Amino acid sequence: MARMPVQFRLNGSDRAVFVEPAETLLGTIRRGLGDFAPKFGCGQGTCGVCTVLVDGEPRLGCLTLSVTCEGRSIETASGLADGPTLHPLQAAFMEHFAAQCGFCTPGMLMAAKALLDRNPDPTRVEVVEAIAGNVCRCTGYEPIINAILAAAQQRGARRA
Amino acid sequence: MPVNVRIVQGLQEAAEILAADRGARLLGGGTLLVRDINEGVMTEGTLLRALDPVLLAINAGGARIELGAGVTMAMVLANRDLSYLHAPARGIGGPAVRTTATIGGNLFASTPYGDFTTALLALDAVVTLHAGFGGARVMPLEEMLTNRARGGVGLVISVGFNRPAGADAFRFLKVARVRPKGISVLSIAAHLPQNAGRISGARIAYGAMGPTPLRAKAVERVLEGRGLDAATIAAAKTAALEGTQPATDAIASEWYRREVLPVHLGRLLAGETS
Repeated sequence: MARMPVQFRLNGSDRAVFVEPAETLLGTIRRGLGDFAPKFGCGQGTCGVCTVLVDGEPRLGCLTLSVTCEGRSIETASGLADGPTLHPLQAAFMEHFAAQCGFCTPGMLMAAKALLDRNPDPTRVEVVEAIAGNVCRCTGYEPIINAILAAAQQRGARRA
Repeated sequence: MPVNVRIVQGLQEAAEILAADRGARLLGGGTLLVRDINEGVMTEGTLLRALDPVLLAINAGGARIELGAGVTMAMVLANRDLSYLHAPARGIGGPAVRTTATIGGNLFASTPYGDFTTALLALDAVVTLHAGFGGARVMPLEEMLTNRARGGVGLVISVGFNRPAGADAFRFLKVARVRPKGISVLSIAAHLPQNAGRISGARIAYGAMGPTPLRAKAVERVLEGRGLDAATIAAAKTAALEGTQPATDAIASEWYRREVLPVHLGRLLAGETS
């Protein structure tokens, strides 16, 4: 089967790749472009560890075909930090012990970023709903929820 | 031959490919078909992606609603005119699933998925199928689901239905073991228009209680012409299981689904669900 050309922006950089027709965005990002932040978990859309943003919307990299991302802007957890300066969400995750094994963390961060970009001052219920598609088997979720709320509060304080 | 992907602009070209190639499948959001590829269920054939904007059309402002097959659950949730459909749309996966999962894909989701289709069934929806050279054929959703079970449907362009009679006339309940996101034990949708305190034209639909979403016609007959009081609800619960064929799967056993359906139906009719 002929490989297909795809162009998109990945964390602000223009990228052009040839992909297999049924290749997933997760496979392209990891194997093709060497960004190993999004993880492969279930491959069924259940665990959320492959969550990336496509044009600002949360998407599951394992269920998104790369050929459907032509011209789109893709964001992964690798693009969150500004050089040595962590993104407020990353800093809050560290501060609130929101990562243990860390496997879910890149997906959690991107799900949380999608929420805060759309809703800078979410309620606890809205945070829970935003990460409902992301499974964590270590933390019990409470530190993650607290970290996202703290990041929102910090961003709000910076804006004020 | 591995899985191929073809991207086409128009519905006519998509319909011709689907008619000529029995192995071709129309790609909605990919939440079901790409999963099949990942799991090795689909190892060959063609995925067809149609870019025709008619698939993304939303006409939700009037009494007659029309939603393109490519409209996503996130698009439904973002539309205030479709607030009565927000509960079934929110029941589909997490946020990252809802940005891709489409109405058209949900029509073809195997049990226990397809909760949005359950809601559409209770709204007496019809599906518009591509019929060649710009033509269209309208078919009741119930008939489409029967055809789906037999294996032949065609290219679904949109779904249409009348706006529910009132804010309290349409009710939806998804029963899942995991909250806020979990696969259905079962789902129930009810459209209960009332005339002078009596139900007229009741529609009840179940999800995960058969091979496809199905109408609870025995319950509808019980409700017709009666007030929604305790005696009516008790009679509806007695008739709840007629025509159901639930499956045993990883979410629940057939026995469990049969046991809990009347309980949840009673709660939905009594307005006791949150």
